[in-house]
Amino acid sequence: MDAQHLNLIYLIVAAALATFATRFGGYVLITQLKRIPPRLEAALNAVPAAVLTTLVAPAFVYGGFDVAASMLVAFAIGLRFSTLRMLLVGWVAVMAIRHLVL
Amino acid sequence: MNRDDFRAGLRGGFPVMLSASPFGALFGALAVDNGFSVADAVFMSATVYAGASQMVGIELFGNNVQPWLVVLSVFAVNFRHVLYSASIAKHIRHFTLIQKLLAFFLLVDPQYAETEQRGERGLPVTFSWYLGFGLVIYFPWVLNTLVGALFGQLIGDPKAIGLDVLLPIYFLGLVLGFRTRDRFLPVVAISAVASVAAMHFVGSPWHVSIGALAGILLAAFLPQEPRPRQGLAAVEKEA
Repeated sequence: MDAQHLNLIYLIVAAALATFATRFGGYVLITQLKRIPPRLEAALNAVPAAVLTTLVAPAFVYGGFDVAASMLVAFAIGLRFSTLRMLLVGWVAVMAIRHLVL
Repeated sequence: MNRDDFRAGLRGGFPVMLSASPFGALFGALAVDNGFSVADAVFMSATVYAGASQMVGIELFGNNVQPWLVVLSVFAVNFRHVLYSASIAKHIRHFTLIQKLLAFFLLVDPQYAETEQRGERGLPVTFSWYLGFGLVIYFPWVLNTLVGALFGQLIGDPKAIGLDVLLPIYFLGLVLGFRTRDRFLPVVAISAVASVAAMHFVGSPWHVSIGALAGILLAAFLPQEPRPRQGLAAVEKEA
């Protein structure tokens, strides 16, 4: 196994430990801390949406017309339907744009 | 071990397993597309076992983001699990230490939701039930990753068959899943603007930390509306 691949294994193990820490951490925390300060709770509450948005917005802006258009279509679907359907319709949209329009 | 409870858990987890299966396969295919080997993809599903954060991990890895930032992002996306484990503590206090460790390892979103509901309804949350529910989701998740990764290996150019749009759309779906939360719109708006600006002025991978930090700080400093204490009613939908 070369060094680069070994680094990936370390990365995955670290990610697994980090994930386990979140799943175990709350149990430890609840037995120690009685109440979470409201501002901290608000900040923690915002973490997932804030992180995930940073993976969406630049892709939309810099991904090119085909990606942006299919993300818009998927967004409209996502307001009403499941993520799986967003993926399906978004995929159909990008394939249609690439093969029929561009 | 109680066989009836274990079977009840298997039955309860079965529909969850079915709905998560396409995402397992999708993860496998996209992981290979982002430079993972088939074994790496399966290893990640088997050890991390958290769909959304696994997708974040391969996306950032594929973009050559520094390892510590990848791990930090995985940690951030999984941060909600801190709340889950705090919340189910009251239902699993009677588990032994080993049982607790295993239970926390298997604590994905639907596992949390179902455990909470079962506890609220006054049904016993036995380890046998918990394990049945968890394993019927866990093993197919790993297996589907393998299938997806093997399929991904056959794909030459992912762009030619439109695979490259699936990750941003998947993340978009996850973001939409949070839209009933307090301060959703301002947080998403500022994170979007900050991440695009950071991408432009600083460059990848800093758009992730800078964009996320902007949204998190905004949430902390916006005026706190007084509201009745609510539990963890909303469970995010996640693969």
